[in-house]
Amino acid sequence: MQYSEKVLEHFSNPQNVGEIPDADGVGEVGSPACGDIMKIFIKVDGNIIKDVKFKTFGCGAAIATSSIATEMIKGKPIEEALKLTNKAVVEALEGLPSVKIHCSVLAEQAVKSAISDYYTRMGIDPGPIIGDIPDPHCII
Amino acid sequence: MDKRFVYADNAATTKISEDVLNAMMPWLKDGYGNPSSIYAKGREAAAAVGKAREQVAAAIGADAREVFFTSGGSEADNWAIKGTVISLKKKGKNHVVSSKFEHHAALHTLKKESLDLSLCEVNENGVVRTEDIAALIREDTALVTVMYANNEIGTIQPIAEIGAVCRKKGVLFHTDAVQAMGNVPIDVVRQNIDMMALSGHKLHAPKGVGALYIKKGMKLPNLIDGGAQEHGHRAGTENVAGIVGFGKAMEIAAKNIGERAAKVGAMRDKLIAGLLELPRTRLNGDAKLRLPGNVNISFEGIEGESLLLMLDMNGIAASSGSACTSGSLDPSHVLLSIGLPHEVAHGSLRLSINEETTDEDIEYMLKTITAAVLKLRNMSPLWESIVSGDDKKTAKARQNLV
Repeated sequence: MQYSEKVLEHFSNPQNVGEIPDADGVGEVGSPACGDIMKIFIKVDGNIIKDVKFKTFGCGAAIATSSIATEMIKGKPIEEALKLTNKAVVEALEGLPSVKIHCSVLAEQAVKSAISDYYTRMGIDPGPIIGDIPDPHCII
Repeated sequence: MDKRFVYADNAATTKISEDVLNAMMPWLKDGYGNPSSIYAKGREAAAAVGKAREQVAAAIGADAREVFFTSGGSEADNWAIKGTVISLKKKGKNHVVSSKFEHHAALHTLKKESLDLSLCEVNENGVVRTEDIAALIREDTALVTVMYANNEIGTIQPIAEIGAVCRKKGVLFHTDAVQAMGNVPIDVVRQNIDMMALSGHKLHAPKGVGALYIKKGMKLPNLIDGGAQEHGHRAGTENVAGIVGFGKAMEIAAKNIGERAAKVGAMRDKLIAGLLELPRTRLNGDAKLRLPGNVNISFEGIEGESLLLMLDMNGIAASSGSACTSGSLDPSHVLLSIGLPHEVAHGSLRLSINEETTDEDIEYMLKTITAAVLKLRNMSPLWESIVSGDDKKTAKARQNLV
């Protein structure tokens, strides 16, 4: 199994690590038994994701996908952040080993889950906008 | 402390020693004869293989005629298990007793053969109890196979006791001694061992060579048929240089087991004590019934592969029982067998040191691993929920445990 330079770069120097105490939306996906949990915090101003932070328990790929996914949505309108796909995350990382693709799925779900929480707090039903976020049962 | 390279994965493989390499060199150069050939070049190679056979035999208390060279430990395990199953099935014996935390070379082979398999439980310290093995032996038991020392957690099993029980009950006993040899004194006669798997590259010999010890008088069907090599029991032109290196490595290792174990064991204990100073950290496997070079620690709240990557970036080569390093869904079957919850097994680290490890290496590892664990815990939401005591996630995970 070989990680790309980009994955190693994001792993060794992850961007946006931390928490936002007064976040407008918080999303958390994964489980300890599966070996990865991602938690994403967003701060929204107008319709723009002004700030984003993450905390991740997981393998090198889980940390790298969290780092790059937060970079990809930072400063973007919510609608655009919702379009972030796991495929785009994999491409931005210059590829992931096949057994690690699930980490990119988790990153996509963590972003959607944080935005879903933001909508709920705003009194908007996220269901019709985001749809179901499948519970990841140790997907590989 | 400056960055340095520390190889702490000697349970995976070892560096070829100078003495072993020097012993091998002539057989990689001018000594290229085929040991089966009648001319001088062939006879010289045959003599070198014969000498190595004696060296290996002497290191385990066997007769040279009881040692058969193989391509390594996995082949030896396959041969012992498959051969026994074939010969004893004919006698109506189709039951095998083994343990839950065997190496995959044994476990996968056993599961593939269509036999009645009883896998003995392992206690929380990573030790198989002799009385549990005895209780599993039946009239139709063909074989008992229990590893000498576990490859992940380094625990040493009561081999002599199990051997005595098997001998008394008239059941064949095989042990995979790949991790144990050279680290603990082995005497196949006193320990009532019928078959034993050995491997060269765990002991400063090259990869691709090992042996199966087969007790005199046993008729074990061949695994590899063909030419008359190894007294007709294992075909294939001998890996002369590898065999010579293996013989030399066994001879060297057998000389000073006690002295080396004391030196390496002291470094191991220092490493364990230092790492256990971190909160929510546990040693996997018994602290005393343990190979001198094995450290296996679980750090709660972090995942093993990310720890390995971070250590690699700091020059430390180690391994982990996390699922992420194996590419499978589950963490190590060994760690699960001693009762670790999945999430704790994911955060395991195995360091396997040897006599070349220095005190400076130990200091460096303690400092670097501690820093890496703190860094990863700092970015782990699981760690946050563990320390906040608001431990719903872990509670849920414990509930969901299979």
